[in-house]
Amino acid sequence: MSVAVRVIPCLDVDAGRVVKGVNFQNLADAGDPVELAQRYDMEGADELTFLDVSASSSGRETMLDIVRKTADQVFVPLTVGGGIRSTENVNNLLRAGADKVSVNTAAIARPELMTEIADRFGSQVLVLSVDARRVTGDTHTASGFEVTTHGGRRGTGIDALEWVERSIEAGVGEVLLNSMDADGTKAGFDLEMLHAVRAITPVPLIASGGAGTPEHFVEAVRAGADAVLAAGVFHYGHFTIADVKATLHAAGIEVRI
Amino acid sequence: MTRVVVFDYGYGNVRSVTRALERAGAEVELTSDRDSALAADGLVVPGVGAFAACLEALKVAGGDEIIADRLADGRPVFGICVGLQVLFSHGTEHGTTPGLGYWPGSVDPLNAPVVPHMGWSPVEVPEGSVLFSGVADQRFYFVHSFAAQAALAGQAVLPDQDAQTGHTQVTWATHGDSRFIAAVEDGPLSGTQFHPEKSGSAGIALLGNWLSTLSQSPGATPPRSVPQSLSSPPSPSTLPGGDPQ
Repeated sequence: MSVAVRVIPCLDVDAGRVVKGVNFQNLADAGDPVELAQRYDMEGADELTFLDVSASSSGRETMLDIVRKTADQVFVPLTVGGGIRSTENVNNLLRAGADKVSVNTAAIARPELMTEIADRFGSQVLVLSVDARRVTGDTHTASGFEVTTHGGRRGTGIDALEWVERSIEAGVGEVLLNSMDADGTKAGFDLEMLHAVRAITPVPLIASGGAGTPEHFVEAVRAGADAVLAAGVFHYGHFTIADVKATLHAAGIEVRI
Repeated sequence: MTRVVVFDYGYGNVRSVTRALERAGAEVELTSDRDSALAADGLVVPGVGAFAACLEALKVAGGDEIIADRLADGRPVFGICVGLQVLFSHGTEHGTTPGLGYWPGSVDPLNAPVVPHMGWSPVEVPEGSVLFSGVADQRFYFVHSFAAQAALAGQAVLPDQDAQTGHTQVTWATHGDSRFIAAVEDGPLSGTQFHPEKSGSAGIALLGNWLSTLSQSPGATPPRSVPQSLSSPPSPSTLPGGDPQ
């Protein structure tokens, strides 16, 4: 018996409300991130991830309040991403009750941010979120996978594998790999990309993007994921976290039941 | 109600630790004040980050002396994660640093394909453990790259003792090729490498078990959600046999 594969729901939060329509029955307020976090905790979520998509600074303040309220009620690890640009942002989130933070665009703009965070708080708090896509032709990068920003709409010309390696050197303790090609397709994770990133990643690797069935999560784990993350399939109730865990378990993969 | 101080020295997820102890039934104060820390029924020393940095901050805040003074009177102290690690002889993160030296053993890097060890792992609990009463078969949440380990050449490691004698009890866990100390129960001094405050209901129950061992303040009432008290020892059938080295 060893460490269980983690199943992680992700909530996009804008100014204190869950966005990307949530279709839960029996919730008094399906847009309340705290209530939804509690619901996922009860369903067996091994961690929770909040992605702050707020554009305004008041939205960021609201996020701190959401983190506080959630951490007061839910006793599993909580990761917060979105808009983290300084160690002060990180400090505020950790003191509010977050356990980890994920960096994405700001780390691309200023890679030293990763070292600053890791040096002050330790690598275990720092997750690199990579939005990667396949590229060919003129925009081709060394591995064929490119880092993107703006939800996959903008290429950076940075090779995804090189970026992951560099980030680990800079101090990230975990990598969240989002396939922008697979995201929203429900056709399964990008297993080839996952396999390629696993091969160069000695820290925990979370697979994200493309889950459409519980079986897809088994494929992701077999391609090397230590954890699996999804949003819509859980929010819309296509299947539950417990369904995913039962399917993983039946495939001989260790989960926390 | 059982009064607990969570020692606030700038390291560790103190808010989560505080809330989890409250959920387990304690009245919690978050402070580095010496008098409060000495007077509490129990003292919790959290810790997240690097061994040397945590230990230094702990000493600057006077935590090393508070721990020593409490233990001299047999008053309980509970370390979490790096708060447990600093109780050993030394650590080797960023060079060798002497620890507080309550237990033999070195805190060394984990040897595994994927590090940090991040996630929910099972534990091997010795028979008679009070801390794991009712939750010995559960998984707990770990986040660490270093640990006090079983099989490192030439190093003494904290030995497990017979449960009947009331001496040290060691709980083990494994990540990759490393078998390491997941928890210690040594009279008034105990702690976990994992994070009970992030281990869901199993973690809350474990904290409740610890609270049940504390002698309470005058006028106290028993905490509500403690799963089992000392007067009703755990059934041996709920405890898988530990195989400590």
